[in-house]
Amino acid sequence: MAARTSLNLKKSLIFLLLCLTAFFFVFPLLWMFSTSLKGPSEVMSLDLKLIPDKPLWSNYVDIFQKYPIWTHLRNTVFITVMNILGKLVSCTLAAYGFAKFRAPGKNVLFVVLIATLMVPWSVTMVPLFILFKQLGWHNTFLPLWVPSFFGDAFSIFLLRQFIMGIPNELQEAARIDGAGVLRILWSVFLPNLKPALAVVALFSFFYTWNDFLGPLIYLTDPDKATLQLGIQSLRTQFKVEWQYMMAYSVVSLVPCLVVFFFGQKQIVQGIALTGLKS
Amino acid sequence: MQESAVRRSRKWREPFTFYLLISPWLIGLVCFVLGPVIAAFVLGFFKWDLISPPRFIGLQNYREMLFIDPLFKKSLAVTLIYVGVRVPLAMLTALWLALMMNQKVPGIGLFRTIYYLPSVVSGVAVSMLWIWVFNPNFGLMNGLLNLVGLPGPGWFSSPDWALPTLIVTSLYTVGSAAVIFLAGLKNVPEHLYEAAWLDGASAWRQLVSITLPQLTPTILFNLIMTIISSFQAFTEALIITNGGPVNSTLLYNLYLYQNAFTYSKLGYACALSWIMVAITLALALYTLKSSSKWVYYEGGE
Repeated sequence: MAARTSLNLKKSLIFLLLCLTAFFFVFPLLWMFSTSLKGPSEVMSLDLKLIPDKPLWSNYVDIFQKYPIWTHLRNTVFITVMNILGKLVSCTLAAYGFAKFRAPGKNVLFVVLIATLMVPWSVTMVPLFILFKQLGWHNTFLPLWVPSFFGDAFSIFLLRQFIMGIPNELQEAARIDGAGVLRILWSVFLPNLKPALAVVALFSFFYTWNDFLGPLIYLTDPDKATLQLGIQSLRTQFKVEWQYMMAYSVVSLVPCLVVFFFGQKQIVQGIALTGLKS
Repeated sequence: MQESAVRRSRKWREPFTFYLLISPWLIGLVCFVLGPVIAAFVLGFFKWDLISPPRFIGLQNYREMLFIDPLFKKSLAVTLIYVGVRVPLAMLTALWLALMMNQKVPGIGLFRTIYYLPSVVSGVAVSMLWIWVFNPNFGLMNGLLNLVGLPGPGWFSSPDWALPTLIVTSLYTVGSAAVIFLAGLKNVPEHLYEAAWLDGASAWRQLVSITLPQLTPTILFNLIMTIISSFQAFTEALIITNGGPVNSTLLYNLYLYQNAFTYSKLGYACALSWIMVAITLALALYTLKSSSKWVYYEGGE
């Protein structure tokens, strides 16, 4: 009886801690949403209210009229989609090569692949900027998506781990039937690779969608700005209107939240895999 | 005769296919990674503003860093404090989240979602949120302090508070490390806990004697990744404070960025980047080397 009570007490305590921790992580986002629905006088008041007196949903209509959000959204979607496509194609090919073929120099190249995971972006930043400027790609989207068609070490590594786990017999059977390399990749490996491809696509989505530095360095034309640059541009105005700033922020977050809720399981598995296999 | 010809063609066909398959990555490796890394090293010996042609100046950039430029030392100091304070805090936060995620209670899926959520929304929006929450006049933080009668500091606008605030807000997005910890926790054999439970060991005792030693390989992985990513941090500083006030948040990479894109000192920026590579690499290798003393592997090695 006493043991039962103490067990219940322990369970309640754990639940309390879970809720308390969750509160710290959710409250800032709720505050962002709450601010986005407030009027100018309510925003500039020390009377803290999570639920505004009269939620101004019109703030959301206003920002779409005041700022070129549609253009920013279109640019961001374009760059993100190209990145996902590029990584899926180039990384699947390279991962297939690393997982299922024997060749002289392969092991050395694999070590190089892993080593590039450690190369900090700050070293390549300046030379890449110069390279793309010389190519005449400055102020275009090209520097932001073309490199993704030339592989990404992290995604290649992840896909390779998955392909290694697919038995060779399937490949051999298809080869005896006279199928070519790409045919085998397409019809034998890809159907088994869907969860891993989803992980690559999801990571690539979040990374590109939230990327600020790349667009900041390469895009100067306001028409070419991404959502991240768009939010930043609201701050450089003479007087920051926080209700609009937060509404714009919410708009930029919503696609991330939607994708996260649908891909949550794959994301968690993907991260766990990178930690365990390393 | 015919068979040997087929075998011979097979023999070079497999390597050929391998190199064909990885060729996009190989091109990318040369053009976007190795080439730039080498270029950065070479450019570190030049003075170049992109307008006039580059001029070879030998070790002048490195000399300027060590003996002339006070901001080099300042930014290095800011970064070392940032890394030194952030890494332990981030590890503890991630471990705490993982322990919470590992509880067996109804609705744990929702809690896991909530803890990881901030990590996927890590863009400019979250930086703006922090500027707003820590606004000295109308922010949430000072509003709450006001309720309990405490005077709130200037947070990001105070030279003493800006860096600590930056560090604390960066803990909001440690979800990935937490998920890796969670995977590690799931790998701890259940029978160890059962034995401890029978011996009447407390929860804290179990954490210290079973969970942490079993978790050391995961701790090592997360430690190295957190050290590297903390040295690389700077976007938040760029957006929120741009290094101010009075350079109190001038992270090394932010200073590097300013040299490259604000002051057009491209050669100097490249030299700075190589110093950072050396420091990060040395620290990561040191951590890896020290690990044999504290990382526990199943079955001895």
